[in-house]
Amino acid sequence: MSLIDIANPVEPFLRTDRMPHIWCPGCGIGTTVNCFSRALIDSKVDLQSLALVSGIGCTGRVAGYVKLDSFHTTHGRAIPFATGLKLANPKLNVVVYSGDGDLSAIGGNHLIHAARRNIDLKVICVNNLIYAMTGGQTAPTTPGRAITSTSPYGTFEPAFNLPHLVEAAGAVYVARWTTFHVRQLARSISEAFQKKGFSFIEVISPCPTLYQRRNRLGDGLDTMKYYKEKSRVKHGAPTSEVGLTMTGEIIVGKFVDRDRPDYQSLLHGQMVESLGEKYVDPSETVCGCS
Amino acid sequence: MRADPRGVLTGTHFIDGDHACCEGALAAGARFAAGYPITPSTEVVERFAARVPTVGGSFIQMEDELAASITLQGAVWGGAKAFTVTSGPGFSLMMEHIGYAAMTETPCVFVDVQRGGPSTGLPTLPAQADMMQARWGSHGDYEIIALCPNSPQECFDLTIKAFNFAEEFRVPVMFMMDEVVGHMTEKVVIPSADQIEVVPRRHSRKSVDTYEPYATNGDGVPEMAHAGEGYKFHVTGLTHDERGYPNMTPQTQDKLIRRLQSKIHDASDRITLLEEEGLDNADVIVVSYGITSRVAQRAIELARQQGRRVGKLRLITCWPFPEKRIRQLASRTKAFVVPELNLGQMVQEVERFAGGKAKTFAVPHAGGSVHRPEDILRVIVEASR
Repeated sequence: MSLIDIANPVEPFLRTDRMPHIWCPGCGIGTTVNCFSRALIDSKVDLQSLALVSGIGCTGRVAGYVKLDSFHTTHGRAIPFATGLKLANPKLNVVVYSGDGDLSAIGGNHLIHAARRNIDLKVICVNNLIYAMTGGQTAPTTPGRAITSTSPYGTFEPAFNLPHLVEAAGAVYVARWTTFHVRQLARSISEAFQKKGFSFIEVISPCPTLYQRRNRLGDGLDTMKYYKEKSRVKHGAPTSEVGLTMTGEIIVGKFVDRDRPDYQSLLHGQMVESLGEKYVDPSETVCGCS
Repeated sequence: MRADPRGVLTGTHFIDGDHACCEGALAAGARFAAGYPITPSTEVVERFAARVPTVGGSFIQMEDELAASITLQGAVWGGAKAFTVTSGPGFSLMMEHIGYAAMTETPCVFVDVQRGGPSTGLPTLPAQADMMQARWGSHGDYEIIALCPNSPQECFDLTIKAFNFAEEFRVPVMFMMDEVVGHMTEKVVIPSADQIEVVPRRHSRKSVDTYEPYATNGDGVPEMAHAGEGYKFHVTGLTHDERGYPNMTPQTQDKLIRRLQSKIHDASDRITLLEEEGLDNADVIVVSYGITSRVAQRAIELARQQGRRVGKLRLITCWPFPEKRIRQLASRTKAFVVPELNLGQMVQEVERFAGGKAKTFAVPHAGGSVHRPEDILRVIVEASR
């Protein structure tokens, strides 16, 4: 068999007619999509009932490259869009795939409220520590004294520790990996598919063009070496202790795995209790419009 | 198709405009609403929250209007008919998602119970000052449809119409109420379900292999698919081609944006709803909409008692603006008088399409109450000179 006959196992999950993609050499987003695709294979998720929702930014472009029902929404609003999708058709398996700026800055309010409600969404947050699409501005996740295009003298605002934030808000599953941890990441995504409720997976990912370069942290490969050397797997680590620094240790692993009734179970329970037989479960009617 | 009887509260009711709007939405088949509390609109979703669990749907109160206005669109792509309800400050927050709905051709309804503005303004008092915002509030070129009820009965009837237009044209429809109409209690007759015409979703019958989400033929309105049906389609707010794929060229932009405009503009005869009375031989035509049309009615009667020939043109459809009708009337009347609860919004459109053939007189009012009929009468007298 010639090399050309060997199909990439993740190809069926991609819109190959949209390649080449827009991501820079050394960017980690493509790696995360590969891990996501492998998780789809491993977890045998029904692809027809799987929908993917993205916001805006480099990671927001994931929705345009996956061969799924996929929605590229507005900046910060992937989670509320996904909430509507899930509530209108509870049979859907809904993944939110977006970046740190999109999910935790402009979309931060929706992130914490979806976690509080425990909406059954799988959120994959690619955290490249910066606004990349717009040219490398400071994000709420930018650590230490990093130089960015809007913090030319160094960042001084404290950064969000996203696992800590979403755990406090109520997420039932919280994990973090880097793009070096491809198998672990794929496994975490598979695990999240088994959970009912708000799951959050943070993936630390390089932006060689704008973050690493400006901060003299090397290229994509140097960043892989950094991830390899400085990551420490610590399952169950208290999320208050997993904050990131510019060059220090990166605590990775599965931090939270707990059970709490999800939004739709609570809704159903409340309505049955209050309305009894008068309650008409929307999952059996959906829309009445076609 | 006929309305689903489960959502239709057939009978004669004594309810306010906000509640009637909710019943209209249920009758039209809305089974999902996302909202955020804001005076004077909240009663619509309060009633929906109480009613919809018994007809097979859901309501969610979101963390803000940014969320509400996109959550409803997620629900639409999940298969529901959906809407949101707000007032001025919330309407301002929703603007980006009106653009998203226009761009992605998501059929949905935005209800705006107008109050005095700008900013927090007059939370409990009326205005009609969001009319231009409804048309132009989101960035970029696009068309929407806006309807303006003047009674609780119309809040019921026209909400159904709003959903029907949304589905027929795959466009966000603005339902432009005002505080007085929203809080006014009157008789509302809700017919039986089999007398209510409901437009179903323009759902694709194409096979998974041949479906293109934004391909159109004829009327320029594409067929829709829902998530979970196997189409594996892509939706984006970026400029996109027929496949729904981002394509940022001037050619694709031109084709898409012109279609989004023409699918509404070319159908404006069908979308335009007007109430006309006494226009033949009228020297002066009073053009009004919403609550102001009811005050204008009294002014017209007073003017006629003085022997003046005054006609009534009520805009039920405000957008697309009934430009053709204004052009026709401009060539045979002396003047238009346009009272509205703002300092001059729709009057500019009337003047534009009158094209100098008839004079145009505004009757501005900053909001907080309705006009006094005498204020309108005074301008009618001035205009008929």
